[in-house]
Amino acid sequence: MIGALQFGQDFLSAVIQAPQLRPEAASSIAEGVDHLYFALTFITLFFTFVIFSTILFFMVKYRRRAENERPPDTEEHLGLELTWTIIPALICAGLFLWASSLYFENSRPPSASTEIFVIGKQWMWHIQHPEGVREINELHVPVGVPVKLTMTSEDVIHDFYIPAFRVKKDVIPGRYSSLWFQATKVGTYHLFCAQYCGADHAEMLGWVYVMSPADYEAWLAGGTPSQSMQQSGELIFNKLGCASCHLSEGTGRGPSLVGVYGKEETLKNGDKRLVDEAFIRQAIVNPNSVVLTKYPAIMPTFQGQLNEEQVLQLVAYVKSLASEERKTEGK
Amino acid sequence: MSTATIDVHEAPAGSHVNYLNARYGVKSWLLTTDHKRIALLYLVSITLMFFVGGTFAVLMRLHLIEPQGALVQPETYNKLFTMHGVIMVFFFLVPSIPATLGNFLVPMMIGARDLAFPRLNLLSWYIYVIGAIFTLYAVISGGVDTGWTFYTPYSSSFAHTQVIPTAIGVFITGFSSILTGLNFVVTIHKMRAPGLTWFRLPLFIWAIYATSIIFILGTPVIAITLFLLGLERLLHIGIFDPAIGGDPILFQHLFWFYSHPAVYIMILPGMGVMSELVTCFSRKRIFGYSFVAFSSLSIAIISFLVWGHHMFVTGQSIYAGLIFSVLSFMVAIPSAVKVFNWTATLYKGSISYDAPMLYALGFIGLFTMGGLTGLFLASLATDVHLNGTYFIVAHFHYIMVGGAVMAYLGGIHFWWPKITGRLYPDGWARFAALVIFVGFNLTFFPQFMLGYLGMPRRYAVYPSEFQVLNVMSSAGASILGIGYLIPLIYLTWSMRYGPAAGPNPWGAKGLEWTTPSPPPTENFEEIPVVTEEAYDYANTTVTRG
Repeated sequence: MIGALQFGQDFLSAVIQAPQLRPEAASSIAEGVDHLYFALTFITLFFTFVIFSTILFFMVKYRRRAENERPPDTEEHLGLELTWTIIPALICAGLFLWASSLYFENSRPPSASTEIFVIGKQWMWHIQHPEGVREINELHVPVGVPVKLTMTSEDVIHDFYIPAFRVKKDVIPGRYSSLWFQATKVGTYHLFCAQYCGADHAEMLGWVYVMSPADYEAWLAGGTPSQSMQQSGELIFNKLGCASCHLSEGTGRGPSLVGVYGKEETLKNGDKRLVDEAFIRQAIVNPNSVVLTKYPAIMPTFQGQLNEEQVLQLVAYVKSLASEERKTEGK
Repeated sequence: MSTATIDVHEAPAGSHVNYLNARYGVKSWLLTTDHKRIALLYLVSITLMFFVGGTFAVLMRLHLIEPQGALVQPETYNKLFTMHGVIMVFFFLVPSIPATLGNFLVPMMIGARDLAFPRLNLLSWYIYVIGAIFTLYAVISGGVDTGWTFYTPYSSSFAHTQVIPTAIGVFITGFSSILTGLNFVVTIHKMRAPGLTWFRLPLFIWAIYATSIIFILGTPVIAITLFLLGLERLLHIGIFDPAIGGDPILFQHLFWFYSHPAVYIMILPGMGVMSELVTCFSRKRIFGYSFVAFSSLSIAIISFLVWGHHMFVTGQSIYAGLIFSVLSFMVAIPSAVKVFNWTATLYKGSISYDAPMLYALGFIGLFTMGGLTGLFLASLATDVHLNGTYFIVAHFHYIMVGGAVMAYLGGIHFWWPKITGRLYPDGWARFAALVIFVGFNLTFFPQFMLGYLGMPRRYAVYPSEFQVLNVMSSAGASILGIGYLIPLIYLTWSMRYGPAAGPNPWGAKGLEWTTPSPPPTENFEEIPVVTEEAYDYANTTVTRG
């Protein structure tokens, strides 16, 4: 009874207050998306109003006054037809250009992004920072820094959705997807799974904690990472004997992995592919699909022997080989 | 040109022999090849399915009154929304107007005695019923929880529910659609009355024709997709599940290649009904006949090229996204053209507010809202935020319920006197139209707001800040539910107790209104010869005899 009363009060106060029209805008792209959204809302309301009021006006003005009323014949009017074909077409073209250029901008991460790894599985989010800190259903990020998420799933398709950042991307088993954002406001925001994934889909949620850089550093240090992702990857690399073929000098049976990340390589079938996270993953789980020109197709698959987290750690290790080489070049 | 006269109060043709009383007994119905009786068989079947699917919807909305869920376990909730979607899409919306009104009206509007293949028509109904039985079996034997979209690899490798029986049901029903579409296309091509050229056809026929083409071209793809899903689930051959070498996104491409055009299967016939209603109740020829006719065809064609807009956040390439986005915007244009033409038809008309017209005006309003909110989803940048939220749910319900179901009810009310030979109480019918309009908006408008605020769809429980809007939506759903029950009651009542209707109670043009109500089994004693354009109200005087 008291609960019902309390709810009634909440309900009333929520109705009386100006209704909330948008979620908190806490990323660098949120305002841009909201502007487009409100423009679209305006167009919708405007045309709905125009059509409704025209219909109402006609309904009153031309209401049937006598049973045997015989209105004049309809006249065709090509000009009118063209007008209301062309005007919507122009509006659509404008909206398309606006929305697409915004999308284009929003989907390209700045190159110097902090990278965090996400694994979705029924029904939780596993997150690992490059420094090795792991968290579940929580994501801590620094404010004002571009963050790139590399994501995959261990089972079904999930979807990583942070409404306050206006970002969303499917998290798909067997491949990497990525998403980036730059948080602009310190705070705590919802993290939802937005692709139906089974019984507890609605419980597959968490919180994103946007922290000041100093707080974030403190938080990272306060975690108890045994090893960074790169170090874990190196251990796996050695344990599986990867180095017996992938010699760093490039004299082994497999290509050297030093400096390979970020380069364009030519495959046996002539395709040119950029070596990114997805490429490295593919080379581990399905090596024969990405054999390089000068090498034989002899690498065994590691699918089933490694879980997605271990694959991600290997990816992090291979990427670190690239940056170390660049460091030496720099010197 | 001579002026024809229609007497709306012409006396009903006494106890004339008609398709309803020509023969009696269960057998005479189950073995009939009369398109009008088959239409009624469909009407009964899909009405049953509508109320089954509607019951699931009401249970869902009741459950969502409280953030932690008021009624059922999450597993059960997942089954409710899945079964609601499967039944409403495949067993109500897809067959709704084509299989009932289309079946009844296509031969009558073109001056034919039946469809081209009457026995195939009966077979379509039996196939539909067998498909429906499989699906209802799946419901009773535990239900299915994959969502009506059956996304892999959840449906192929993870769900522990009745995926196979449901998929078989949908697979089978597809053949019913294909056969119905084929029957309509052949009939419209070959059996038009003398003088009834393509550009004299009622626009309802154009819409049914466009729909039939989608039936024939699109339905095989969903059949193939579900067949592959069944193979994958039973034999694990690795088509969709990446753990065994498949590609889960491939399923989405195949699924939406049918299921996006299927949206137009649901709405195009409704647009056809609209053109009939708006002209009759304003006594005007349609404004821009050829624009309305060709917009149906262009919608049907473009609808096959926009499936990727369901997949903007799957990681498909940015450039593919751009192409699907521009094509999706292009569908908006013929839809807008239709709305403008219906509105312009009213200009200088003689507008009456009979119940079917109220449904028609409701359709224009709700379809406009549904169509315009589609622009939010064709826009890449906003779709990223809105995809998978309640905004999507609200958008497609404005099209499918606000649009297709309103048009269906408008059509049922319009042709009811022709189908049954009886009039229903007009006051109740107008009241129901109003209740449905209000209930609908209260149910689905708050869902647009929920969507932008970020509430994902298919959530059995939800954060409490979304409660107010959810309660509003649930309140609307209970009004809407009552709104749908009222016509069920008075229409059923009218079949026995309604006053007899004359041949043409609305003073409508169209060959179907030249027959007695209900029409005789052979429709026309003599095949009519057509000498005028459709909707020639300007040369017709309607009198009250």
